Formats: sequence, C-alpha cells, structure tokens
Amino acid sequence: MTQRGAPDREVPPAAPLMGDPGPTGRFGEFGGRFVPESLVPACLELEAAFRDAWGDPSFRAELDGILHSFGGRPTPVTECVRLSGELGVRVLLKREDLAHTGSHKINNVVGQGLLARRMGKHRLIAETGAGQHGVATATAAALFGMDCVVYMGEVDTRRQELNVFRMELLGAEVRPVSSGSRTLKDAVNEALRDWVASVGDTHYCLGSVMGPHPYPWMVRELQRVVGDEAREQCRTLLGGRDPDVVVACAGGGSNAAGTFAGFADRTASALVGVEAAGGAALTVGVPGVLHGMRSILMQDEEGQILEAESISAGLDYPGIGPEHAHLAAIGRARYESAGDEEVVEAFGRLARSEGIIPALESAHALAWVLRAAGTPALPTGSTVLVTLSGRGDKDVGQVRDILRATTSGSRR
Amino acid sequence: MTTAAQPAGATAAQPAGATAAIGHLEERLRQMRDGGRKLLVPYVTGGLDDEWLLTVEGLASAGADAIEIGIPFSDPMIDGPTIQEASLRALRRGTTPEGILADLARLDTGTPLVVMTYYNLIAHNGPRRMAGIIAEAGVSGVIVPDLPLEELGPWADAADEAGLATVLLVAPSTPPGRIAAIADRSRGFVYGVGRMGVTGEQAELADSAREVAVRVTAVTDLPVCIGIGVSTPDQAVEVCGVADGVVVGSALVRRLLDGEGPLGAARFVRSLRQALDGGRTRR
Repeated sequence: MTQRGAPDREVPPAAPLMGDPGPTGRFGEFGGRFVPESLVPACLELEAAFRDAWGDPSFRAELDGILHSFGGRPTPVTECVRLSGELGVRVLLKREDLAHTGSHKINNVVGQGLLARRMGKHRLIAETGAGQHGVATATAAALFGMDCVVYMGEVDTRRQELNVFRMELLGAEVRPVSSGSRTLKDAVNEALRDWVASVGDTHYCLGSVMGPHPYPWMVRELQRVVGDEAREQCRTLLGGRDPDVVVACAGGGSNAAGTFAGFADRTASALVGVEAAGGAALTVGVPGVLHGMRSILMQDEEGQILEAESISAGLDYPGIGPEHAHLAAIGRARYESAGDEEVVEAFGRLARSEGIIPALESAHALAWVLRAAGTPALPTGSTVLVTLSGRGDKDVGQVRDILRATTSGSRR
Repeated sequence: MTTAAQPAGATAAQPAGATAAIGHLEERLRQMRDGGRKLLVPYVTGGLDDEWLLTVEGLASAGADAIEIGIPFSDPMIDGPTIQEASLRALRRGTTPEGILADLARLDTGTPLVVMTYYNLIAHNGPRRMAGIIAEAGVSGVIVPDLPLEELGPWADAADEAGLATVLLVAPSTPPGRIAAIADRSRGFVYGVGRMGVTGEQAELADSAREVAVRVTAVTDLPVCIGIGVSTPDQAVEVCGVADGVVVGSALVRRLLDGEGPLGAARFVRSLRQALDGGRTRR
C-alpha cells in the first residue's frame, strides 16, 4: 500500500466517546459531509429531522414499540456452553440472528422508515451487499406502505439470489448494478445517483455507519439498542460484571458500532472489530474520501478505490465507517481481520457445537475468537461477548459449494 | 501512465507556473462576457484515448472559452453512464492524475484549462502537493464536485496559495442564502447545476436550469455557467438567455466514445459556438 499523503486534517473539538458528532459530523479527523451540492440541503434536512425525532419521546416510544412487537426485540444473549468448554473462554452471543428478517439490519430500517414517514417521504432507496439490508429495507417499506428500490451489485445478485427474490416478494424492485466492481461500493454509488435525482420524495435508507453526516451517527444511534441491551444482559449473567472483550464483525460496521456504543464509555471492555481479510480497510487502508465521508479506505497509489473481495458479500466494502477509523486512531477499539478459510471453519463449528448457524459475516467475529482464545488478546478464563449479527440461512448454499469443492480435493 | 504522444502542432511550452495561472480564468471569462460573448466550456475526460490532447487543442480552436478536463476517478458518484464509461475507459488505459497533468503541461492552446476531479484524488496526495502539481501544469481552475462549502477549507487554502481558482457549484436545491455564500467563495466562475441528477444528455432543458441561472446571476458579478443537462446548441442558446455560459460534457464525451475523434468533437463544439454567437443579441 501507499504512504499516507500529507494529511489535510483540522483539529476537531473534543467530543464525548460515541456521542453526538455535532453539526460537522466529525469523529476526530474522520466523517464529514463530502457530497455534491445538490445533496447538501437533503443531508442538512435529514440531520435536523433526526435530531428532532431522536429527542422526541413519542418517536422513541413508537420505534421501541415496533422493534418489540414487529422486530422481536429484545434479542437474547446466549451462553455457548460447549464452545466455552472447548476454548477455555466464556463465550456469550448477542443474538441479532433472532431479530425479524434475520439480522440487526431491522433496527436501522425501522428507525429510518419512521423518520422518512415523519419527513413526508414516500419512497425508500437502499444499497445492499449480502442482501440483508435490502431485505430489511424492503420489509420496512412494506410495513410503512412505501415504494422501495434496492441497488445491488450484479455480482452480489448472483451470490445472493434468494435474497433478491425475498426483496421482490416484499414488493421491492431490485436494480442490479453493473458499473465498477459490481459489488457493494458500486451499489452505494448508484443509490447516491438515484438520490440526487429523487431527493424531493425519496429517503436514502443507508444501511451502515457510513456515508455523509448524519448517516454514520444516525445509524449508530439506531443500532445502539444492540449494545445497550447486551450490556445489561451481560451484567445480569455475569453478576454485575462486564465482558472482558466485546467482538463484532465490520464491513461498513453498523453492528459493531451499535454494539460498541453500549460499551465504549461505560465499561472497560476491550473492543474488537473483525473485517474480512479481503476488505480490511483498517489493516491495509489509508485515509481518504468516498461516499460522502472521510475515513480509512483501500486505495491504490494514485488514490483510486480498490475492490474488496471476500467470501461474504456483506463485508465486501473497501472502507469502514468513519467512527471506527476514529476509535482505531484513539485506541479505544482495535481491528483485526479474518480469512475465508477460518471463517468457513467458524461457521461450521458454531453450528455443530451450539446449534446456531451464523451469517458468514458474523462468522468473521467468531473466527477471531477461535484464533485468539488462549492468547493475551483473549486469555483463558476471560469472558467474550460476540455480536452474532445475522443468521446463516442465506449462506448455506454457498458454504455447501465451498465444502464440496474442498472435500473433492480441489482445494485452492 | 497517460502516454499520449506530443500532439502534432503542439508547442512544447514550459509549464506556465503558478503566477501565470493567478486570475487567468476569471479575467479571461469576465473579459469575454463583458464583450458580449456567451461562454462555452466543453468537458473532456483526460486520458480517454490516444488522441485526447489533440481533442483538447481542437476544442480550443473550435471556440471554447475554457476547457474542462476530467481526471478520472474509480467512483464517479455525480456522473451518469457516459462519463462513467469514459472514466473507466481512461483508467483501463492506465491513465493517472499526474500523467494527465504532465500531458497538459505540454499544451499551449491559449485557452484556460480547468480540471475536474473527485476529492479523494486530491486528499490522497494532500491538497497542498496536489494544488502545486495542478498549478505547475498551467491549469488555472479546479472543480471538485464532492467538496461542498463546509468541507472546502484545506483545499481552498491550498488552491488560493497556488493561484488556482476553485470553481464552486450551485444546485437547484441550494437555498437562497447559501447561493450567495457559495458565489462569494467561488473563483473563476460559478457553476450552476442545471438539473437535480447526475451528468448526462437530456432531450429537453430542465426548467431548473433557467431558474438556477436567474438565482445565481442575481447575487453575483462572477460569470455564471450552467452545466449538467445542457446537451444541444438549442439548449445552450436557451439557457444563455439568462446565464453567461454553458458547460457541455456528456454530449461531447459520447461523441468521443462513439469514435468521432478530435474532428467530430471540434465540429460539435463549433456548432455550439455558432449557435451561441447567433444568440449574442440577447444580452
């Protein structure tokens, strides 16, 4: 990778850890609002609307009510008895796989759907990688009676065919994106292009803690419920103590941000985000600006954005949310990566030892736990909370194909 | 690398240097505007093909008042299919920002050059270093479409220091108070975005193009050029009933993608020029 160029950093005012990033949307030197002028008024309007709604008890009560009666919240924390015995580390899972639509994405889309309705918008657009956010957005659109268009990289529509059909069943239109690398980053570009032309009646329901301000902040706040619930559930399970380590997978990083938000400034728990080895922005990336934000991005020596590539469509993003870049910079969280092979191993191991089939995305977090158990990062006898961001039903076909190819001797 | 050979007829001029660029763009455009001429700013994607420098020279002799050169980026968020394809084609040829600028440094058309690029290609090198390289290439203005007023600071300072004019955009969605603030900070000219949407050819001029022109010309003395959705000589004349000029991108780049070459590009720009000159009496 390249040397970091001369930075154009400004000195930001000190903000509380995982708090309100203020009108500039800065997390340390990251974040901001790097969008075409056409979209600036929409971002300002959205920020004002979210600030207003988030401070309105009736909005919060309605959101909580829907997440409870429709979304299945609160999700439980499950103790992995057999796996803990095998690893010598107490493993707890925050079960977002049990939320409606099968992942944490529902928390975000119900919140943004309600907000869109409050703003008088009747059309939702979204990008999706693995299809989880697309399915969730299509679900919210059905729930609120809105039109819905989901942009999905052409490559991903093939990898996640069933999710395409699920979205269509829910009444959404899925538009395959054939520009660029035909994956998640290009789907974001295409959704932004749609939004520039449709901003009057359309809300862009962005799926992760990325994009221009207020998205990274808003999506983290809408996902904070994961971390807040988990913290209290852990304290009940652990006799008032917090887990030693809290782990979540990170593509854009929304389940990790929601999880970390519950722990960052209220506990001493170590925070670990796990990226896909082929999309490990925080391992191989450098600061840059893409999709409206300044963050850490995988780039070539000229500053062109590189294509991420991993087994999980949901983590195939060459960047990470700006707040994660900040948490890494100040050392409050650290970021690791997991390779495809160990991820498939973790996927099968959780299924066999605990009766839970995780999403391939979530299996990245588990893969790190398997690797780190018994090392100083996760010592024997310690307790780790893993956010299981989604269920693996969508990935079963893909894993079957990989395992068949492996056992038939054509490994690599 | 952009390895386009020295185009026939180009003089191997020394890089113009920062001092030559200061005020060059704005002075030139004001002069033309005040002389009653409607401004024509064609856009071409840098490094698009082997002949792209010949194309630039051809546009200059066909009556362009300034030429906008796109430095291709992997993720052109505000561009429609035509410019996306051109960017991709250029990148596949190995085009790099520094290669384009090195090529431009060898040009001497007498027509001001403005480069358009996304902010990451600037941020990656650092604004100060990039401003220096751009200015040394003899370019006089820069358009960064994903850098709105609030994020302008580090770049605008570096650009000012290097004597580069940072051209800012006003959109149909921009509220009145903000238009004045943008026009106040813009240098060279103000780029009025003709329609809510990405770059691309349109069968008809959007009402918003005229509206933006009216609103921006009302608050600034800077030249105001309308781009995005201005595709034909008729549309150019129509919007110049209010605006000082037009930026024409996709309609020109599509001709290049279709293989019309420098001659076809020049022919098209000449037709825009003639139409605009015929409409001179409007103002």
